[in-house]
Amino acid sequence: MKKFIIALSILTIGANTGFAQKVMTRTAKISFTATAASSPEKIDAINNEVANIVDTKTGDLVFQVLVKSFKFERALMQEHFNENYMESDKFPKAEFKGAIANMADVNFTKDGTYNAKVGGKLTIHGVTNDVSVPGTITVKGNSYTLKAKFPVTLADYKIAIPGVVADKINKVATITLESNLTQK
Amino acid sequence: MNKFTSLLIALSCSVSAAFAQSNDLMDMLDKDGSKPKKKEEVTATFKATRIINGSSVQNLAAGVLDFRISHRFGRLDQGLENFLGLDNATTKIGLDYGVTDWLMIGLAHSAYNKENEGFMKVRLLKQKKQGTPITLTYFGSTSIQTMTAPTLAAGQEWYFTNRMYFSNQLLVARKLNDNISLQLMPTLIHYNLVDSTKFSNNTFAVGVGGRIKLSKRLALTGEYFYRLNNTDLLFNGQRTYNALALGLDIETGGHVFQLLFSNSPGMTERTFVGQTTDTWEKGAIHFGFNVSRVFTVVKPKEFRKSAEKKEW
Repeated sequence: MKKFIIALSILTIGANTGFAQKVMTRTAKISFTATAASSPEKIDAINNEVANIVDTKTGDLVFQVLVKSFKFERALMQEHFNENYMESDKFPKAEFKGAIANMADVNFTKDGTYNAKVGGKLTIHGVTNDVSVPGTITVKGNSYTLKAKFPVTLADYKIAIPGVVADKINKVATITLESNLTQK
Repeated sequence: MNKFTSLLIALSCSVSAAFAQSNDLMDMLDKDGSKPKKKEEVTATFKATRIINGSSVQNLAAGVLDFRISHRFGRLDQGLENFLGLDNATTKIGLDYGVTDWLMIGLAHSAYNKENEGFMKVRLLKQKKQGTPITLTYFGSTSIQTMTAPTLAAGQEWYFTNRMYFSNQLLVARKLNDNISLQLMPTLIHYNLVDSTKFSNNTFAVGVGGRIKLSKRLALTGEYFYRLNNTDLLFNGQRTYNALALGLDIETGGHVFQLLFSNSPGMTERTFVGQTTDTWEKGAIHFGFNVSRVFTVVKPKEFRKSAEKKEW
């Protein structure tokens, strides 16, 4: 009986995701650079544990990032990023909720690279802003690759830069994103 | 009943999926079971690897080298003619290294008593959110004094081991909230040589330390070592006191400056725990500072390959 229930629930969940065309990954990558032109040291970070779901039917998509998963070259910089700038204990996650605005131009069933416009709400440091981000979607069989590169103005998210390091940290961080998804 | 339950589950699943919007996609992520449930570690219990004189539970990250310079000036009660003690200073210079995230080693030379010290700090437990309530670390050090041997009466021998001291500490710390951290430090110092046979070679003490953050980059610190035995210990014929230090942590980019007042001119465990010869009561306190500068010697694995090569 128990086996039957498990089988049934797996079946229904499987059927649901199949129906809704949702693809998901937990290993999308986001990197950013906020190195000012005059800075002697690089202020770069990488996060390989980004969660992403795309609904290939509706074009809805979400990204979720644990801020503490960003890795820096310098351990002290990483600590300061979490402690002083992002306040990761207070705001552990950064999120994006949005949708592909030009779904008419994107065909998830045909191989090719499509230019996509994604609009939605980006939440960083507890502050939510409406953003519009251009990117590309590459379809190859049942695999999809999402790529985007966009600027984020730190002040828009109430991330304060103290005067001492103002010459090192750029006021605008450049975010690079890549997500590889496979339809199962 | 079981059938009914499974039916209900199946039904609710299909309903939620049919009405999926981006909000529900977020819920899906949150509820998804494939995510490894790892309890989040509590970080930055203290700003620096030392509270003031003594060690904190903070370890250097793997591959990080820390160059440290500490100064203790003369006593404030030496008066204005000695510039409140600032005319005299003893120095400790040291290099610390993070072998792994949980093991840190270091070498230092202290001008006070011409002492050479090697230590290791091993993290045994790490405080976690909704998990382990404390961070537990072992600290052990050995120090060797390099002063010239005293002139002894005929028939008496001076041994090299007379120059050696051993410190053992357990550091039990808890970050209570973003601003307040506390640390308890059961301590055992073994002196191979003490001034008289009436003293024990072992001094047991309990230390308490803590920090209160004033802002993101400023913190007040304090540390006190209460001796459980050997409270009448003489050091070079002088009376000894329990060590109390108060400090201010100032953090800039790659540096942490620690400004402090302490009744101990010594900067090694064996000197400040058991051989502090000055007392706060008489204003015989020392102004001092610790400066730390870190260098990344071994980069984390994400950065070992040239970053430029990465397309994304």
